[in-house]
Amino acid sequence: MTSLESRLNWTWFHRFGSPPYFYRIAGILIPWFAWLAAVAGAAGLVGGLVLAPPDYQQGEGYRIIFVHVPTAVLSTLAYAVMATASAVGLIWRMNVAHAVAASCATIGAWFTVVALVTGSLWGRPMWGTYWAWDPRLTSELVLLFLYLGYLGLRGAIDDSARADRACAVLALVGVINLPIIHYSVDWWNSLHQGHTLLKLGKPSMPASMLVPLLLMMLAFTLYFAAIMLTRARGEILRRERSARWISEATGA
Amino acid sequence: MSVVAASRVSPWRAGLLLVQRDLRLGMRRPGEWLQPLVFFLVVTTLFPLATDPQLSRLRDMAPAALWVAALLSSLLALELLFREDSQDGSLEQLAVSGLPLAWLLLAKCCVHWLLTGLPLVLVAPLVATALGAPYAAIAGVLGALLAGSVTLSLVGAVGAGLTLGLRRGGVLLALLVLPLAVPVLIFGARATALAIALEPMDAPMYLLAAIAVLSATLAPLAAAAAVRISLE
Repeated sequence: MTSLESRLNWTWFHRFGSPPYFYRIAGILIPWFAWLAAVAGAAGLVGGLVLAPPDYQQGEGYRIIFVHVPTAVLSTLAYAVMATASAVGLIWRMNVAHAVAASCATIGAWFTVVALVTGSLWGRPMWGTYWAWDPRLTSELVLLFLYLGYLGLRGAIDDSARADRACAVLALVGVINLPIIHYSVDWWNSLHQGHTLLKLGKPSMPASMLVPLLLMMLAFTLYFAAIMLTRARGEILRRERSARWISEATGA
Repeated sequence: MSVVAASRVSPWRAGLLLVQRDLRLGMRRPGEWLQPLVFFLVVTTLFPLATDPQLSRLRDMAPAALWVAALLSSLLALELLFREDSQDGSLEQLAVSGLPLAWLLLAKCCVHWLLTGLPLVLVAPLVATALGAPYAAIAGVLGALLAGSVTLSLVGAVGAGLTLGLRRGGVLLALLVLPLAVPVLIFGARATALAIALEPMDAPMYLLAAIAVLSATLAPLAAAAAVRISLE
């Protein structure tokens, strides 16, 4: 027996499954996320590029960390959000969740590209090479391939409903595989060579560097949320283009 | 036909019938499943041609050559898994038969592995020897490919299910499956390298076996979901 309370507790969740409601709420949230991202990003950049002292080993070069680490974190986070949205979409057959998953993929792929490029630029002065078969770099590269496979599958299927569900299955298979890939890649290179040059270790970071880094991570996360919701709104408009609520919502 | 009167057939019996049917169909068309095998042989022959063919040097390269070739050949073989059945409609019949589709697909994967994976495993000692592996390493090479090729068939089934009936299916299938096969490639090549060096290869073998068991558990479920979506 489901009591009335327990049913009521889930109404908020099912309300998000309604495209007009999601469209409206996302429209309200986006400016908040975007402005907060701008403020946190500005503070983080000033803190990271101006106020933080140069690293005693890496000099000024380390400052790329303020872009590199947040994008690397977001590249994984976007996959997690995509997989979660895919699961919700599959289980509750929620079109909105599929729209969210679809918008995560492109953004996540770009975050992965930026993380790889900044990592490679950082590698040049620090490791003496643009590319090393370092486990983290390699699993980031495999993550990019997973994103590209996802986008490829989405592009190859014309029927939107089939594309949604097929991509959702792929995202879930990928999310089970990601930890295995990560650990296998770790294991692969740790057997080949010790991390003499490559291991930066976990430097206990002084607060003057850590605070800007955390601010930048916050800024990137909020930026991701804003962009993702913007894309999801566009996706919903495209899917629901014949629905009547759209002309009411957009005033067109 | 194995799919007739499915409601009265137990899943176990249905699986057995499906295995028999697929084996019989496969045996009647040996050319189809021999092609990936020939492809495997050709690709492994290309490696020595592309480099200095000293046995000592080939030996270092042998695990990479074996596993990359095995991966590509399994990819090629995946086309055979569902193509015929989806064209003549029997895959649809399996899906609506009321029997657990994941179980039936597991049976199909078994036959697919018997026809395309096992021959590859069996010729691998020949290829490994040609690439400079010592005779004592043959058991290890066999074991590693045995465990790895099972996973490749199973993971590949998910990709084949997702790309069923797509126009640009072939390249896309590679893009979907190859990243997922990275762990098998790493552990398999490592196990082979240890076998060729005549060192204990327990650690990567355990991991290969664990991945094979995990994919035998989960991949049929994902493949069944994928096939259902593609048939809709």
